[in-house]
This record gives sequence, C-alpha cells and structure tokens, in this order.
Amino acid sequence: MRNLPARAAAFLLAIFWMFAIDTSVLAAPKTYGLKPVRVAGDTYVFFGDPRHFSFGNGGNIVNTGFIVTSAGVVVFDTGPSKLYGEEMRKAIARVTDKPVHSVFISHHHPDHFFGNQVFSDVPVYALEGTLAAARLEGDGFSDGLYKLAGDWMRGTESTPPTHVVKPGPLSIGDHEFEIIALSGHTAADMAMLDKTTGVLFAGDLLFNRRAPATAHATLSDWRKSLNALQMRQIEVIVSGHGPIEKTGISISGTRDYLKWLEASLRNALETGLDMTEIMDTKIPARFRNWGAMPGEFHRSVSHLFPKMERRSLPRVDE
Amino acid sequence: MRPGGGLKMKHSRTLMAGLLCIGLGAGTALARDARVKLDDPFDSPMLGMHQVELLGDPANITYSPKVRVFAPASAEDSLQVPVTVDATGLDDVEKIVAFADFGPIPKILTYYPKTAKAKLSFRFKIDQATPVRAAVMTSDGKWYVGGTHIDAMGGGCTQPAQAYAAADWEKTLGQTQGRLWPSSGRMRVIVDHPMDTGLSDGIPVFIIEKLALKGPGGQTIANMELHEPVSEDPAFTVHLNAVAARQSVRMEARDNNGNRFRATIRALTH
Repeated sequence: MRNLPARAAAFLLAIFWMFAIDTSVLAAPKTYGLKPVRVAGDTYVFFGDPRHFSFGNGGNIVNTGFIVTSAGVVVFDTGPSKLYGEEMRKAIARVTDKPVHSVFISHHHPDHFFGNQVFSDVPVYALEGTLAAARLEGDGFSDGLYKLAGDWMRGTESTPPTHVVKPGPLSIGDHEFEIIALSGHTAADMAMLDKTTGVLFAGDLLFNRRAPATAHATLSDWRKSLNALQMRQIEVIVSGHGPIEKTGISISGTRDYLKWLEASLRNALETGLDMTEIMDTKIPARFRNWGAMPGEFHRSVSHLFPKMERRSLPRVDE
Repeated sequence: MRPGGGLKMKHSRTLMAGLLCIGLGAGTALARDARVKLDDPFDSPMLGMHQVELLGDPANITYSPKVRVFAPASAEDSLQVPVTVDATGLDDVEKIVAFADFGPIPKILTYYPKTAKAKLSFRFKIDQATPVRAAVMTSDGKWYVGGTHIDAMGGGCTQPAQAYAAADWEKTLGQTQGRLWPSSGRMRVIVDHPMDTGLSDGIPVFIIEKLALKGPGGQTIANMELHEPVSEDPAFTVHLNAVAARQSVRMEARDNNGNRFRATIRALTH
C-alpha cells in the first residue's frame, strides 16, 4: 500500500505530530459553528463534514436535524459530543420558542447519539436494539472519540437513549411520522419518514456521495433495507452523511457502492489476495471523490474480509 | 495443554511488562548504540536499539527501497493489522525479520523463505502508533531495512485473545484453513490459536512459535518463527515457486506448550 520515499514519510509524520500536539488547544474555545439549513416546511438539518473523524472537525461528520411541530421540536440524532448537543439546542432556540418535545436516535454509533446528555429533560427514543448496543459499546466509543477528538469531547459522557420506539405511525402535533425499523448498517437502524412534509431522515442506512461505513454492517440485510426504502413515497432524503437529495440517488448510490465492495472482497477470496492488496484495489471513478474515500474502503476491508475468509476457506488440518 | 500460570509467574510477568512499557519511546542511556546509523525516514529513536537487540548489530546494513512494507495508514482493528513485506527485489534472501519500533514486544516474526519467494503477508497486534519494519538478510550477510508507519489507538498487546469470548477455544485450537492457487503461486493458511502475549493479567504466554511449510516429499519450502504480536489465529499469504505451487503443501506448527498442528494445503478442484 504505502512504501514511502523519505520526504513524503517525513511530511506524514509531521501531520501525525500536528494531530498529537495541536496548538489550537491553547487558543479560543472550540465551536462547531452549527447553522441549521431549512430543507422543507418546519424542517431543518445541520450538515456535517462528509469526511472521516478528525481533530479539525471535532467529530462533526454527521447530519442531524429537527422538525418544529405544534407540540414542540422533534430532534433527529444529537451529534458526537456534549458541546455539539449544546450548540444544537441553542441553534434550535434561535429558530423557535417552542420547547424540545422528544429526541429520536437512528442507531448506536457515537457521532449520532453523543449529544444525548444535553437532552436529558425529554424522552430519547430509539429501537430496542439501539438501546442495548449503546449501553454495551458506548463507553468504548467514548474512549475512542476522546483519543481522536480530544478537547472537543470535554465533559461528554455516553448517554444511551432512554425509551424504546416501536415501528409504525406516530403523530406528534401537526406532523404524521412513520418510524421505520430496518438493519444492515448496524443490527438496528431507524429511519423516520415525516409523511406531512415527505422528508425522510434515513440515518446511516443511506450515504450520499460519501463512502458507507461498515463497522457493524451486514451487507445482505443492508441490501434488503435499501429495497424497503425505495418503496416509500419520499420527497426529500436526508442521509446520515452527505448532501440532501430529491431523486433517490442516495439509495441507488449506497446500493451501487455496497455491491462493488462485496464484489471486491469476493474477488479477493477467489484469487487469494491479502488484505493490504485488496486495499490497493483501484477505486472506480464514480466513487473516487466521495467523502472519506479511500480510507472508508480500507476500513471496510478490515471489518468484513476476515469473517468472509473464515467462512469460505477450506479446512485442512489433520 | 495450557499452563496453569502460578501466582509467582503472573506477578513477575506483569512487572516485566510494566517495566517494558515504561521503557518505551526513548532509548535508555545504558543501551549500546548501533554500529551503523541508518538513514531512517521516520527518524525513530528506537531503530538503533532494535538493530542491536533484534538483529545482532550487523556491520553491513542499509535502509533500502528494495524492502517494501505495505500496511494501512491507520489500524482499524488493532488486534488484526495486515502487513505485506515484499523483498523480491533482492536476491538470495535468507531471512526477513519483522518488528514494530514501539510496543512492549517489538519482534513480530522471522521468515525464512528457503524455496518460497521473499514476500509474506501477515497480521499483527499493534500496541500504539509506530513504524513497522522489515529487516532482510541476504546470503552474503548483508542487511536491508524498509518500513512504513501505522497509526493506532493503542492497547492491542494487553487485550486478551478474542477467543475467550467463546468458552470452547480448546475445541478449535489448531483448526487450520488454507488454499493454494497454482496459477499465481499464492498460498493462504490460517491456524486457530489464541496467541496470548502474556501481558494480559493472569493469562500466560501461549503462542505458536514455529511454523514450517514443506513439499509433499518433505522438502522445506519456508519456515517461520512467530512471536507474541502475531495476531490471534495467525493468517499468512506465502508465495510459492512454480514447482511447489503445483503440488500440495504440508504445514507443521508447534506452540510453546508443545502442541503440534499439522495440515495439508491444496488447490481447489472444482
């Protein structure tokens, strides 16, 4: 993959040390600068950096959002840290006087629920599988994010969702929602369709022009979930990562990428390629400038290949 | 099968591990300087020390682009970090020593290619962000070193083997999977084994130490000496010469408790 000439290596080492000793820690307090973007009637999104976690983005790689209903504000996902949750709440308060009614968490990845402690005064809903997974893995995620994002995380404590939400119709004020329970990105992925506006908050079931992340993925389940989403009447799609869109291209794009990913891994199994060689696979032009590429693809090789290999390689011991 | 690990042994191991961890990051004043100062692109304070301790302080050693080390820039799973070493640009390679600059146990493995090509893929447990090196000795006694840098979150060496999550690791110990590809000469082999480093509280060292690959007539293809950082369930890609690739390969491995594992690796016949 990389055998670096001296200058390139020294440059990379310098970048590495910049991460480790970030002098901006000494400068002014950090801010994510969250600005809500109106995407439909009473519906706003905070768009994150489509790239990977870094000290520069403080973990703000996620799209979160809120809907102002007559019964109060419905929040979708709460970001990677306490600071994010606080900024989100302040930004909501600048848009509306209405109180927060409830929070809905799409899945148990830390960039989506680590602002929860700031919303402890309202119910935080998620699928049953998400509650369980957040309780099990939340502290480990916390350690990891602290190492990656440092000071951005100050005071953040993993706060799992508090209430189970069942799939099906849900009325809140003047909005009719549908809670959709799917899986594939993780074992429990919730999408929320606002039938009143036609906006789908898809969580990480969909990635738009950003490489899908696979740390807890089951590709066959994910494929089925994409087909299920395709069936719905949707006007605006808010993916977990990447810009909004209105044509369904995030569904076909996610499907296309996962198909290529799986084919690359199967080809490697069939030809005896090792993981480092798979990581050197030429990325097709249509994915090459997606957010978090090629790093997310390399991470996927680590997530998926060893298990696939153990399932397919013949037993040869005596 | 596995040692009981008495209290005395556990404490002395923990102490040693602790001392090793503290000793990281800076060569101690007592360490002997290497005879040859390598032109190290990573400018690592540990490389000279490893030249002495791991390689025997060779007189003829250079940093060389002919030793190529491939790995992801960042370790996504610190317990299974894939590395490929390719020294096929050198003739008459006798051994390849793979090691990490930083970590409680730097030496990963030594590969003796014999009739196989001087190219090996393996996986290891990374302890912290570190350069990973391959030092290659050719038959004339000269050494060539290459490497790459891997970023990591840390702690890979002190975590107990994943296998213990399954209570029946004893049932799968030594189960081997593998396959040969005659057209490319590739051979993959994975051996079920916890590869305990001994640095996790109460769990003594338990590792495959030697792995030999032989042709059907017993002729040596390649040998490996494995150390604690090799990943749980060691997984290798070896590159056979054209003759060996058309035959079967016998694997014989032995762990530090005297357990022996044998397997015969073949091409798939459809």
